[in-house]
Amino acid sequence: MTQVTLSGLTKIFDQKSPPAVDNLDLEIESGKLTALLGPSGCGKTTTMKMIAGLLRPTAGDILFDGDSILSIKPEERGAVMVFQNYLLFPYMNIADNIGFGLKMRKVNKKEIRSRVEDMLDLVQLPGFEDRKPNQLSGGQQQRIALARALIVQPNVLLLDEPLSNLDAHLRDEMRVLIRRIQTEMGITTVFVTHDQEEAVVLADKVALLFDGRLQQFDAPDSFYDTPNTVDIATFFGGTNFIPGRYESGEMTTAIGKFRAPHSLVPEGDAVLSIRPEAVDLGEGGENSVSGTVLSHVYAGRYARFQIRIGNIEIEAVTEPGQVKLFADGDNIPVRFDPDKIWVLGPNAAEQPAGATTA
Amino acid sequence: MTTAPAPLPGIAPRTIGRTTLRWAGIMGLLAFLVAPMVPLFIWSISFRWFYPDILPSEYSARAWEQVISPTNNVIGATGQTTLIALLCTVLSVLLGVPAGRALGLHNFKGKRIVEVLILAPIIVPGLAVVLGIDTMFIRYGLSGNILGVTLVHLVPTLPYMTLVMSGVYANYDVDYELQARSLGAGRWATQRYVTLPAVFPGVVVGALFTFLISWSQYVLTLLIGDGQVETLPILLFNFARSEPAIAGALSVVFILPGILVLLLSSKYLSGDSAAVGGIGNI
Ligand SMILES: Nc1ncnc2c1ncn2[C@@H]1O[C@H](COP(=O)(O)OP(=O)(O)O)[C@@H](O)[C@H]1O
Ligand SMILES: [Mg+2]
Repeated sequence: MTQVTLSGLTKIFDQKSPPAVDNLDLEIESGKLTALLGPSGCGKTTTMKMIAGLLRPTAGDILFDGDSILSIKPEERGAVMVFQNYLLFPYMNIADNIGFGLKMRKVNKKEIRSRVEDMLDLVQLPGFEDRKPNQLSGGQQQRIALARALIVQPNVLLLDEPLSNLDAHLRDEMRVLIRRIQTEMGITTVFVTHDQEEAVVLADKVALLFDGRLQQFDAPDSFYDTPNTVDIATFFGGTNFIPGRYESGEMTTAIGKFRAPHSLVPEGDAVLSIRPEAVDLGEGGENSVSGTVLSHVYAGRYARFQIRIGNIEIEAVTEPGQVKLFADGDNIPVRFDPDKIWVLGPNAAEQPAGATTA
Repeated sequence: MTTAPAPLPGIAPRTIGRTTLRWAGIMGLLAFLVAPMVPLFIWSISFRWFYPDILPSEYSARAWEQVISPTNNVIGATGQTTLIALLCTVLSVLLGVPAGRALGLHNFKGKRIVEVLILAPIIVPGLAVVLGIDTMFIRYGLSGNILGVTLVHLVPTLPYMTLVMSGVYANYDVDYELQARSLGAGRWATQRYVTLPAVFPGVVVGALFTFLISWSQYVLTLLIGDGQVETLPILLFNFARSEPAIAGALSVVFILPGILVLLLSSKYLSGDSAAVGGIGNI
């Protein structure tokens, strides 16, 4: 299998705009599924095209197992890209589409036919050989595009937003299929998405990009538990931020002092970040303050509370059983678990780009 | 979960309806084209035809004998016209396809201006353009020979070819080519298996019409050919005054390729392809 290294990878389309991809360093592990996550326009597709050899980098290097592959033509790289809009060749039937890569490799017709059949079984569309692409649904086209890439047994598989054009239930099905095939074949896979939930569910590791720059490269849960910056925490959503000052392991805020052993920043102005699930209601002791229940929503598998503490409002999510314990207007102790508090710089600019958590 | 392939319902009747319409259209166009040929053909076989008779009083095959006879060089002129039109078509395809690709795919500064400049030879009367070119052609020995005439025919045909192709490429997604490369196709294989099938209808329509435009040039051929290059339109004009019967026979010969082209290209003109999207694009 193949390990992919991006080193200072940069793409500038035109001098007047900022780089589409800016000095990207990334170590994509062999045989793993890595998600390239970020909002639309942050340079995900551009990065993929450079890895596939379809776009020349302005600067930097791409290495497969330690060797630079910049001078290797796309058709010889062994890195196959599946485009976001499938791009099945409209003049060919499904069998010819899937067999295209093998035909280019001069594999004999009989073998192509049998391997196409295997691929159709793999993507659960047996018997589709003679159909034309325009007779297929979006989900089916996506599977054919995947089969067409897999048949050439690529060393690196590059999937550009494979789920974004599918509706919800197809997306789940496809997600399972991609994960299963990837695990079975052990192909180093890079998977582009703008949906953080999708990245977290599917990937072994997630690289988060904003404006062409790497923000954080981590295991999926780290983005929730230990985000590098306020921007990252905001992108993943639903986190409470409380500004204040950080000194000798303690956050001093408008609503009190909290012990916070985990910090990304040295002493100074900082932001305390805590996820709603990590706020314990009704528990006193260390790191607890008094708050007022403003409102609550019972949402089946959990309950969501709005709490006022001093002049700020926070959100807490608890087990549904706790709904009955507190009524709106109650004064209750609210505790921030020190191990789940994460101290961030006051804004993203103060974070080194590409920093990863220890 | 999936079923065996079955024809999609609803497609067959729709196709029949469309085919019927297409044929009705072609027949209508043919009638429109053939109608003026009827009097021409009657002229060509008439011996005496005076006002107010509706049909000639006497018939003769003389005009057609004249057309075939070597003295009038009709066969030679037909060959020459065909050769020039073919050369012109080949050159237009070779130059117009890449030019149309550049115009259709890429956005660059001054693209609008380039588009207008390309249209200019179509808008400005050919005569004005050629009077300018003429002196230059004489200087470089391109006056009075087939090569010169072929080159000057590019003035009206090349813009046409370029515009048709720019329309084709404007509706074309280059990512198909990148996808093919990524799957293992080299440059040539990509052109052959992916690009060509996509743009082929446009090339066919552009080439057929280029052939026709060149085939029917009179003024440009007269000026640059300098009386040395004798094509069908030149012959036709020479006979038009003196020998209406022969002119009628020649007209029939002259008009045939147009009808052939129409039949050949009808598939691409009225089909699902966006081959002539370029015209709507201007
Ligand atoms: N061919 C191109 N020419 C100029 N700019 C481009 C080109 N392709 C992409 N860009 C720009 O580069 C940035 C990143 O694009 P892209 O990689 O497609 O983003 P993503 O896939 O993350 O949505 C965008 O600002 C986009 O406008
Ligand atoms: Mg993209």
